[in-house]
Amino acid sequence: METWLAAYELRAGGSIRRIALLGEGIVKGMLETAKNFAGSFVSEERLTTVEYPEQRIPTAENARVFPFLVYDGPEWQAGLRCVACQICEKECPPKCIYIEKSKDKKPDYVGKMQIYPARFDIDVSVCMSCQICVEVCPFEAIKMNTEFELATDDRFGGLLLDKEKLAQSNEYYHKIHPTEASEVDARLAEEKAKVEAKAKAAAEAAAAKAAAAAAAPKPDAPAAGGD
Amino acid sequence: MATTPISVTVDQIFILLRDWLTHFLPETLRPFANVVLGVVAIACVFPGLFALTTVFERKGLGRMQNRLGPNRVGPFGFFQPIADGIKSLTKEDIVPLNADAVVHFLAPLLLVVAVFMGFAVLPVGRNMVLVDMDAGLLFFFAMGASTELSIFMAGWSSRNKYSILGAMRAIAQMISYEVPLLLSSVTVVMITGSLSLTRIVEAQNQYTGIFPHWYVFTPWGLASFLMFAIAATAETNRTPFDLPEGESELVAGYFTEYSGFKFALFFLGEYLGMFSIAGLGATLFWGGWSAPLSILNFVPSWIWFFSKDMAAIFVFIWMRGTLPRLRQDQLMNFAWKFVLPFTLLNLMVTALWRFMEGGWLRWVVCSVILAGAYVLMGRTAMHRKHFGPRSYRYAE
Amino acid sequence: MSVVFYALAALTVAGGLGAVLLKNTVHAALAVAVAFAGLALLFLSLDAQFAGFAQILVYVGAVAILVVFAILLTRASETPAGGVFSSSWLAGLAIAAGVFAVLGWAVLGSAQALPLSAVAPSATVHDIGVALVGRYVLPLEIVALLLTAATIGAVIVALHEKERTR
Repeated sequence: METWLAAYELRAGGSIRRIALLGEGIVKGMLETAKNFAGSFVSEERLTTVEYPEQRIPTAENARVFPFLVYDGPEWQAGLRCVACQICEKECPPKCIYIEKSKDKKPDYVGKMQIYPARFDIDVSVCMSCQICVEVCPFEAIKMNTEFELATDDRFGGLLLDKEKLAQSNEYYHKIHPTEASEVDARLAEEKAKVEAKAKAAAEAAAAKAAAAAAAPKPDAPAAGGD
Repeated sequence: MATTPISVTVDQIFILLRDWLTHFLPETLRPFANVVLGVVAIACVFPGLFALTTVFERKGLGRMQNRLGPNRVGPFGFFQPIADGIKSLTKEDIVPLNADAVVHFLAPLLLVVAVFMGFAVLPVGRNMVLVDMDAGLLFFFAMGASTELSIFMAGWSSRNKYSILGAMRAIAQMISYEVPLLLSSVTVVMITGSLSLTRIVEAQNQYTGIFPHWYVFTPWGLASFLMFAIAATAETNRTPFDLPEGESELVAGYFTEYSGFKFALFFLGEYLGMFSIAGLGATLFWGGWSAPLSILNFVPSWIWFFSKDMAAIFVFIWMRGTLPRLRQDQLMNFAWKFVLPFTLLNLMVTALWRFMEGGWLRWVVCSVILAGAYVLMGRTAMHRKHFGPRSYRYAE
Repeated sequence: MSVVFYALAALTVAGGLGAVLLKNTVHAALAVAVAFAGLALLFLSLDAQFAGFAQILVYVGAVAILVVFAILLTRASETPAGGVFSSSWLAGLAIAAGVFAVLGWAVLGSAQALPLSAVAPSATVHDIGVALVGRYVLPLEIVALLLTAATIGAVIVALHEKERTR
C-alpha cells in the first residue's frame, strides 16, 4: 500500500529517499475509515455499541454499587445475620446508615441469642459505595449489591432503603459474588464448627464431670459442691 | 441515446407529467406554469434530500467511528429529520438585544435564496433544466458569490465577537477558494467552448466504444476535478475546512446567535449549497446525467445525476469522518500556495491539450506535466512552518 | 418603458439613496450592494446576460465584500460623531448637479442617434470573448497588468517581515 503512492527522490550521492506525497495521508486515512464503515456491518470489533437498555453488558464479579443485608434460610426476618452492633453506622463516612436496636433477642446462625435491628435504613442517595461498612462488619451481615437501576421519581423516600428492601438471601449473594460468597460461607461454617466443637467438648466435659460426680462416693456435700 | 420507448418514457417522465399538468391551462400561461412547476419540484426534492442526508450523515459518521448513529426514531432512525424539524420549529427564536434585528433576520433568507437560485441552471436530466441559460455557469458562480454577503450579514448583525471572527474567517476562506473554483471550471469551458451547462453535458454524452467522454477521464480533467473538489469543500465550509463553524473553535462562528428556525435555515442553506456544488461538479466533470457505459443508457438520466450527486455527498461525509480541521493559516496557505498555482498550470496544460490535436502524445505530455507539478508543488506544501516572533512593518 | 424597468429602477435608486442617507455604515454598505444587484437586474432585463452575471459576481460578490471588510477592519463601523453630512454641502450639490447635467446631455444626445429598437443587438458570450481577445486585447492586457500590480502590492503589505536585528 505504501509503495504505490510513493514518490522517490534521487539525492546527490546516488541514494534514493522516499518522500511523502501530498495527499498520501488523506488517502490512507480514508481507507481506514472505509474499513471501519464497511466492517461495522459485519464484525463485532468495528461496532462496539451495546444498545442499552435492550442489551446489557454483564457486570463484573467485583462490581459494587450499594450495600444489602444477607439472610440465611428461607425466612428473611429470622435468618438476618445483622446483630445491630452499629459498627457500620459509626464507620460510615457520609453517615447514611441508621440503626435502631430491638428490645428482644433471636437466635443467630450458631444458636446464640442476639439482638437484631428493629430498623435498618440506608439512604442510597448519600451512600458513596466505599464498602467500609462491609469491611468492618464482624458478622458478614452486610455486603455490596450490584444492582444500579434504582432510579425513581419519588424524591422523598424513593432512595431510602429499609430493612425489608435491603434484605437479600444468601443464594442471591452466591449468584452475584460467587467466589466471595463461597469464602464467607466457608468461614462461617468453620466458625460454627468451632463453636459446636467447643460446645460438644464442654458438654462432654460436663457430662463426664456429672458422671464422675455420680460415680464417686459422696463424703460431704460442701466439698463436692465446691469442686 | 435512451433506446427503447419504455426507457425513453421513464427518462422523460417528469417532462411528460409537467406537460400533462399544464395542458389544462391556456397557451399564454403555459411557460409561466412550466417554471412554477419546476420551482415546486426543486423546492420539494432538494430539501427532501437534505432531510435524508442529515440522517445518512449521522449514521454514516457513526459507523465510521465504530458506533451506531441515531436509531430510535422510526425504522433505523430514518424519521430523525422529522424530529429535528419539529424541534427547530418549536424552539424559541432568540434575537440578542444588541443585535441588528433587520440584518439578523435577512441573513438566513439571503443565504437560502442565493443557494436555491443555483439549482435553476443544473441539468438534472435530459431536457430537465429549469432555465437553460447561455451563461449558466456564470450565473451559478454569481449566486455562490452572494452567499458570502449573507455570511457577513449574519456575523456582523449578531454583535458578538465570536460571530464576527467566524464571519471574517469564513469570508476569507470562501474568497480564497473562489478563484481556484472558477479557474478549474474555466478549463471545462475552454474545451467545450460554451458556458451553458446543457452544452457541457451534451459534449460529454458521447461514447467511444462503451466508454464515455467524461472530462474527469482526461489528465487535465482529473486535475481540474481534484482542485474543484478541494475548492468546493472549502466553499461549503465542510471539514477539513470547517473552521468558521467548528464548535470547538468558535462556539458556532457566525451561527452563534441563531436559534430555532433561523439556525435550521442556515443548516438547510449549507447542505443545499453542498448539493448544488456537487451537482455542478458532476455536470462539469462526471458527465452530468449521462450514463457511465453506453450499454447502461436504459437507466433514466435523472437517476444517474442523482446517483453522482449522492456519491459526491457520500465522499463529503467520508472526508468529514476522516480528516481533522485545518487551521486558518494552513488553509489560506494551501489555497494561495498550492491550489491556485496548480489551477493556473492546469489552465495552460488544458490549452496545450486543446492545441495538440488528438492521439496518444497529448495524453502522455499532459499527464507527465501535471503529475510532475503535483509532486514538486506538493513538496513545498508539506513544509512545516517555523513560528517566530512577528514583526510589523507598518505598525512601528 | 415597462413595469419591470420602473420597479428595478426604483430598487436601484432606493439602494443608492440608502447608501447616502443611512447613518449606520454597515447598513449603507448593504444598501450599496442592493444598488449593485438592481443594476445587474437591469442588465439582465436588457438581455445582456454576461454583463448582468459578471456584475453580480464582481460587484456583489467581491466589491461589496471589500467595502464591508474595509468597514470592519477600520473604525468606520461606529457612527461618526460629527454627523454624516459634510459641512460643504452646497459645493457638493453644485458638483453633483453639474455631473448629472453632463450625463443627461450625453444620454439624451445618444438616444436621438440610436432610436429605441425592438430587437436588442445580440451579444453572446462568444461574441464578447472574441471581441476581448481581438479588438480590445490592449485594454485587456492593461487591466491584467493593473491587477498584477494590485496583487503584488497586497502581498507586499501582508508580507511576513524577515527577522530584523534590533
